[in-house]
Amino acid sequence: MTAPALARTRFTELSARERTIALLDPGSFRELIGPFERLESPHLEPQGVVPACDDGVVVARGELDGERAVVLAVEGLFQGGGIGEVSGAKMAGALELALRDAERGHPVYPVLLLETGGIRLQEANLGLLAIAEIHAAIVALRSHVPVVGVVAGMVGCFGGMAIAAGLCSHVIMTREGRLGLNGPQVIEQEAGVAELDSEDRRLVWETIGGEQRVATGMADALVEDEVGAIAGAVRTAFDAGPPVVHRSSQVERYEARLAGMDPLDQLDGPALRALWRDDGGGR
Amino acid sequence: METLTFDYPASQPVSRRAHVGVVGSGDLEVLLERSLDQQAHITVRTSADGFGEIWEAVLDRFFARNDLAAVVRINDSGATPGTVALRLAQAVEESQL
Repeated sequence: MTAPALARTRFTELSARERTIALLDPGSFRELIGPFERLESPHLEPQGVVPACDDGVVVARGELDGERAVVLAVEGLFQGGGIGEVSGAKMAGALELALRDAERGHPVYPVLLLETGGIRLQEANLGLLAIAEIHAAIVALRSHVPVVGVVAGMVGCFGGMAIAAGLCSHVIMTREGRLGLNGPQVIEQEAGVAELDSEDRRLVWETIGGEQRVATGMADALVEDEVGAIAGAVRTAFDAGPPVVHRSSQVERYEARLAGMDPLDQLDGPALRALWRDDGGGR
Repeated sequence: METLTFDYPASQPVSRRAHVGVVGSGDLEVLLERSLDQQAHITVRTSADGFGEIWEAVLDRFFARNDLAAVVRINDSGATPGTVALRLAQAVEESQL
């Protein structure tokens, strides 16, 4: 009896470190500020929260099809992928180093694996500052090399890190992935269940799920939740190069979209998809 | 959150350091590094207070079976004793690769 073919590996079943290793060319993974450096958050233990020795972010250099790359992966299982002072600084610092390399003519392909609720509430303003630095670094970097974001799930990508995804040159999503400024539970808590029932999974995914985001041009590629598919899509995104105009630079296009809507209309996912069907928008 | 420490006599140094697991609900991370003396030193930080006796039982059992002169740091997010034992075994396996 022959051994069964290797089962397909679901990307979402992997930890941030495993995702990073799976994404990079075999054997090229080299972690920076790894767990043994114990650069953990100083703010959690005093608040009674067990820290993680990598503060929930993996930064690794490696190669994608032989090209130099840096992967920043948020561990969604640790504190919901919340960005704190240290984890945010690891991401911002890595992006700033990639910018310096690019300015010196040695481009490094940056990939962000985003599983994050956004800010880590225990670190409030320090996390916000770090996320602002991440935003600034992505905008500076993307004029040199495409910045690729991946929202695979299961956490999704929310808050200030959803803005980070919006600033990326290419956003890759799975059907399981969700991308939105406020998460459904936050919307329900703040605006009431009549506004959004966060338990209504169909409604949630029809609104902010990967399929909808790609169909309405808020993300670029919809891929299967499978290691090979995502690794391939990341390489394809770099091969494609930067978009002609970045999504976040198309202010008039998106203002026109908003102007064409009546906020009193109760739009659902399919109606929004018809209204905002991706027209390419110069990308 | 509670911090617990344990020490065991040991003679075999670990050949390479290891890191396994994630500080996610019901799971833990284990860092295993070489100890500079003939001891195993374990520091546990756990989100679940009041389980010191169970940690002691799990670690007593593990270090009775494994002679490891190692510094072990555990960051725990409410893992069951079974999960703790599996992660410790996984860390030892990694350190012997």
